[in-house]
Amino acid sequence: MAQVTFLEAIRQALFEEMDRDPAVVMIGEDIGVYGGAFKVTAGLLERFGWERVIDTPISETAIIGAAIGMSYQGLRPVAEMQFIDFIACCFNQLTNFAAKSHYRWGAPVPMVVRGPSGGGVHGGPFHSQNPEMYFAHTPGLKVIYPATAYDAKGLMKSAIRDNNPVLFFEHKFLYRRIKEELPEGEYLVPIGKAAVKREGQHLTIISYAAMLHTSLEAAEILAREGIECEVIDLRTLLPLDKETILASVKKTNKLLIVHEDTRTGGIAGEIAAIVCEGAFDDLDGPIVRVTSLDTPVPYSPPLEEHFLPNAEKIVTAARELAKY
Amino acid sequence: MDVSLTKKQKLELYYFMTLNRSLEDRLVNLFKQNKVVGGLYGSLGQEATSVGTAYALGPGDWIAPMIRNVGALLVRGYKPRDILTQYMARYTSPTLGKDGTSHFGDLKVRHVVSPISMLGDLIPVMTGIAMAGRYLGQKIVAMTWIGDGGTSTGAFHEGMNLAAVQKAPFVLIIENNGWAYSTPVGRQVPIKDLADRAKAYGIQSYIMDGNDVIAVYETTKKAVDQCRAGDGPVIIESKTMRMRGHAQHDPAEYVPKEMFAKWKKLDPLERYEKYLTENKLWDEKTKKEIDTRIDRELTAELEIAESGPFPPAELSEQGVYCDGCHEIEATWNRPKNELMPPKSSVEPVWKLSAVGEIEQGEARGAAATDEVTSGGRVSVDAKPHFDAPAKSVQKSKTAKPAPTKPSAKKSAARKKRS
Repeated sequence: MAQVTFLEAIRQALFEEMDRDPAVVMIGEDIGVYGGAFKVTAGLLERFGWERVIDTPISETAIIGAAIGMSYQGLRPVAEMQFIDFIACCFNQLTNFAAKSHYRWGAPVPMVVRGPSGGGVHGGPFHSQNPEMYFAHTPGLKVIYPATAYDAKGLMKSAIRDNNPVLFFEHKFLYRRIKEELPEGEYLVPIGKAAVKREGQHLTIISYAAMLHTSLEAAEILAREGIECEVIDLRTLLPLDKETILASVKKTNKLLIVHEDTRTGGIAGEIAAIVCEGAFDDLDGPIVRVTSLDTPVPYSPPLEEHFLPNAEKIVTAARELAKY
Repeated sequence: MDVSLTKKQKLELYYFMTLNRSLEDRLVNLFKQNKVVGGLYGSLGQEATSVGTAYALGPGDWIAPMIRNVGALLVRGYKPRDILTQYMARYTSPTLGKDGTSHFGDLKVRHVVSPISMLGDLIPVMTGIAMAGRYLGQKIVAMTWIGDGGTSTGAFHEGMNLAAVQKAPFVLIIENNGWAYSTPVGRQVPIKDLADRAKAYGIQSYIMDGNDVIAVYETTKKAVDQCRAGDGPVIIESKTMRMRGHAQHDPAEYVPKEMFAKWKKLDPLERYEKYLTENKLWDEKTKKEIDTRIDRELTAELEIAESGPFPPAELSEQGVYCDGCHEIEATWNRPKNELMPPKSSVEPVWKLSAVGEIEQGEARGAAATDEVTSGGRVSVDAKPHFDAPAKSVQKSKTAKPAPTKPSAKKSAARKKRS
């Protein structure tokens, strides 16, 4: 069976859902004739036509607003942010209109907002960000950030079928760098469930998106030193899978959290609080964070490399934690 | 001026305008009794705009009211108790006490979208409603309102521009009531007529006397009919005046007294009463019957509203997500297979007749080019404030596909000129 890239897996999900349900439409900038800045939507216009693949003006607020309106009519729009950094432009539509709609007046918003996120590709301060926590803090939204092609496809399909506004972050570093064989035929991955990607008994590493792969790389190095790490991929940040987190910490008694998002206000702080509330007595050491720095994402390679977490930083932190 | 409104309909307009005003009078009393738990926003002086615009829509059309559009909600079939309980934060309110004011709606029956407090955001949302309506073959029109102040937002621009480029069946009523909270319109925008904004979007606009309910109705009806026929969005500026403060707590001392005095003489209800009398559409007895009916209805509605309980505290934790509690199914008025391959498949290239000029019919889909006839014809004497350039209304079926690159001949000609 052919190997499928992370990007192709997402594209397959979009194709399959559009083929399955005419209520699924795409809206965004340069997604039709051009096929999207990263070609995630390439071929959709040709197959599904102008009415279902809508190229818009450069208007993120209008894109999300229109998608909300479409969803009120019973459609299931998938809106693309050309780069997820631009999601800041439509913050109000997402956090005040979409997120509060069902709670306030019982109007569901079955909408997906997707786009390329993350650093490591020298995109500079406005094409590299991880803005997921602005939204993980907003009740009413769901936030997905997959790390594998299998999960990306299955989660995208679940997101399109979900009755709530779902933000779907696609780490652009992974787009063409990872590939795997996908099952033939349809499958879904449930929203809100983390995955244990590697079992171990000495300490738990929780991560997601591109940093999952860096964490697994670190776990491999640590295993050669006799430190067996359990590596968890969160996959969904909102709702957060507290059960899987607590179960693993109760097993290993030590927790290291790795994310590419900046440090302050990152998901690591929230997880640390959850663990203190739910498994404090099980902890044998401090909860440790390996994250990006509290700065904008710098452009020049030596600066960006310094900014980002890497396997070496994770290994160093894990060695210290393992000593407890 | 006359329109094809029947006598019965004209009396109904009076009923809704008076109900709008009397309901708000009752709310002021409730506010003074501390029974309105939050702020109270009124529409005194703007009743004709709310009622007349909403009255021009059909039952399948969609609206999104702003905070002062109580009249539109009443026309749409909501009862006074719905507005009363919203302000009193009762469990029996449309939002069960989770939100107040006009912040409620109904996707299924009344086709009302709840506003949020941030201004301008309804414009792209209602554009999406309109686009989806066309996609589903519904032949509906979407309408919302915005104040003079709200036109300063980025969402206004993004939404109007998307509506225009999509030729969405969307009508925007700009209620120019002179004041954005304490800021006069001249400090909000440096132009006299907000309808001028339409020029920038290449769409049609009208200006209407917002305190003349017949003018409001007939102008809006014309715009709605144009929209339904596929001519693209329309902006209507309603010239009116907010006769109270921004909200009940605001005495509006910043408004010059002469301004209030001038507009008091243009009160929409008094003018309409005069119109009905002069045109012999009613007599004292009919007026009294309607007024008595409104008074009786409001007393009964208030009693129902006040007897409603506050919500149970645990409700605050519920309903953040739709976990299958709602079934989502679009109303399809066209065959789905038109939107599925092979029928949906196209050649994925732009067809440009000139630099940047797209053949709109194709990009906007089949529904946009359908001939649509709407119901009752009205003779309208509203003059367009601004006509959209005719070429933007061209349909692809008649236009010939043009080469995407200028021909050698044309290039040569261009060179010569330069």
